[in-house]
Amino acid sequence: MNTTARSHRSVKSGVAGQIEKAPTGIEGLDEITGGGFPRGRPTILCGGPGCGKTMLATEFLVRGATEFGEPGVFMAFEETAEENTQNVASLGFDLKSLSARKKLLLDYVYVERSDIQETGEFDLEGLFIRLENAIKTVKAKRVVLDTIEALFSGFSNAAILRAELRRLFRWLKDRGMTTVITAERGEGSLTRQGLEEYVSDCVILLDHRITDQASTRRLRVVKYRGSFHGADEYPFLIGERGISVLPISSLGLQHNAPTQRLSTGISDLDQMLGGKGLYRGSTVLLSGTAGSGKSSIAAHFAAAACARGERCLYLAFEESAGQIARNMRSIGIDLNKWVDKGLLRITAQRPTQHGLEMHLLQTHTRVEEFRPRVVIVDPITNLITGGNDREIRSILTRLIDFLKGRQITALFTSLTSAGGELERSEVGVSSLIDTWLLLRDLEVNGERNRGIYVIKSRGMAHSNQIREFFLTGQGIKLVPAYLGVEGMLTGSARVAQQLREQEEMLARQLEVEKLRMELKSKRKALDEKVVELRAQFSAEEKRLEHEVALSDGREARMKKGRMAMAFSRKADRAAQPTPVSANGPGGDR
Amino acid sequence: MKRQMGNKTGPKQDKHLLRLYIAGQTPKSLLALRNLKKLCEDYKIASYEIEVIDLIKKPQLAQQDQILAIPTLVRNLPIPIRKIIGDLSNTERVLMGLNWARPDAPDGVQ
Repeated sequence: MNTTARSHRSVKSGVAGQIEKAPTGIEGLDEITGGGFPRGRPTILCGGPGCGKTMLATEFLVRGATEFGEPGVFMAFEETAEENTQNVASLGFDLKSLSARKKLLLDYVYVERSDIQETGEFDLEGLFIRLENAIKTVKAKRVVLDTIEALFSGFSNAAILRAELRRLFRWLKDRGMTTVITAERGEGSLTRQGLEEYVSDCVILLDHRITDQASTRRLRVVKYRGSFHGADEYPFLIGERGISVLPISSLGLQHNAPTQRLSTGISDLDQMLGGKGLYRGSTVLLSGTAGSGKSSIAAHFAAAACARGERCLYLAFEESAGQIARNMRSIGIDLNKWVDKGLLRITAQRPTQHGLEMHLLQTHTRVEEFRPRVVIVDPITNLITGGNDREIRSILTRLIDFLKGRQITALFTSLTSAGGELERSEVGVSSLIDTWLLLRDLEVNGERNRGIYVIKSRGMAHSNQIREFFLTGQGIKLVPAYLGVEGMLTGSARVAQQLREQEEMLARQLEVEKLRMELKSKRKALDEKVVELRAQFSAEEKRLEHEVALSDGREARMKKGRMAMAFSRKADRAAQPTPVSANGPGGDR
Repeated sequence: MKRQMGNKTGPKQDKHLLRLYIAGQTPKSLLALRNLKKLCEDYKIASYEIEVIDLIKKPQLAQQDQILAIPTLVRNLPIPIRKIIGDLSNTERVLMGLNWARPDAPDGVQ
């Protein structure tokens, strides 16, 4: 622990006692090796054919000559100087000009077996003289021997050759040459001729593999005597500007944390994110199933950035630039306008076009060129399908570190499968993400509606609601959450619930109306009945009065008759029948 | 480099231009020169010229003439150019390398 820390410091400060290093100037490689190759000593660079040995060795020389003031000699045993000049010209290295300015000397050693008969004792003094002359000519500090093993095919006496190589490496060391010796990978040994036996200071292994049809180059420091070094396999790329080795923690967690907030372009969404939107320089993951509206939200974000006058780089891995622009027009976002103004750059590529690392490097290059403040990768999942989890993680870490280091706000969309499996696997990545928005299909009652929610958002009080949203001709609209008795409702279920509630209210109103009507009619019926009864009663009354009248008349007539009879009988007055009139009608009923 | 074309006489009758590359007066170099002179005499080369080039004095020629091993003998004439290495003590190989083994065979038909 302590020793590691000490040796690390010494790399930078060059404390005596620690080995001195010659920076390679190759992106990432100096970080892995803690400062470069051992100065004044030989380093072996081994690997199979086509793994980039010559490229790396050449870049070591070119950077040495151009950036560190250390001229170099390139001694090629396989390719001609002309071929190599052409090969590295594609990396932007002008060997001709460097040679003309005496910063670099290219020497091609012609080795052909059929030419040479060995007629007795010999040594390789010619090579030494040649090398010495070359070193003197350009005052070289660096030497590359590109596949010196080719000599083994040119000379049959391997014993002499081995002794001479041993002498050569010692000779180079004595002259303080920082030397890179390339060698073919051997079976069961690092190099075909076992050169690692002679050169034990630093051994670097290059590898070129094809995984799922995508080629990946890797570099590993097998050995570095007297120095700490990264022990992992590091992916590296041969890009447009040379080699880039990508160590996992190229920046670490050193980046600043800006407090400035950015709008996502959707004000409702900003509301959900603590009311102010995203932090500048944060990393946003927008995951969702197919057709859940990821690209549309991304387009909003892009348009919002451009509207603020910021440059936005849109890396599309699913659709062409034209298609994106057309589709976004349908939701009312005009991306072409920003493209024309030079604020938006859409780069569409098939993810299968390159390996994972190449995409990463290209992203680096594009960001360096365009200097955007916002980067959108749509979708990141397409990009990372090739690799395994570890690779994906390492690539994403490096990408995020890189963007954060430049305070670039990044939005990655991520396609998840409906099953939710990927949603879980993304958790591995989620720790790298600052704000994670999830778009969900809410499948209820035979329909699919779009919901958005914030899974996490570091450093802000964010909404916990699932909000439904629509894609309209004027962009994305978030619908206020409708919370019924049965929980959150979306889509037509929400509409239906609203309708149902309206109907219920209407029904209640009708019911009341009905009761009121009923009451009214009942009253009416009662009134009518009262009238009827009254009529009946009055009829009866009349009849009874009539009858009463009739019986009164009869009584009178009977009385009159009785009186007439009494009169005629001369009866006593006292014997008048008064009670009869009292009993008469009442007793009848 | 100088080339002589169309001279189709026997190999031993041709003018021989032999260049021996050495690096300083080392025992190996001296041995090689001795062996070369002896061979020329033994094989009755009619006309020969031996040019000894010391790369320590003319280091740039190492690159120019593609010399790695020391000593190296280059037969510039007659054509084709032939190159052999070592101290020339293995006569068989020297003869093979210089194509002197079959004196009657026409040379330069390659």
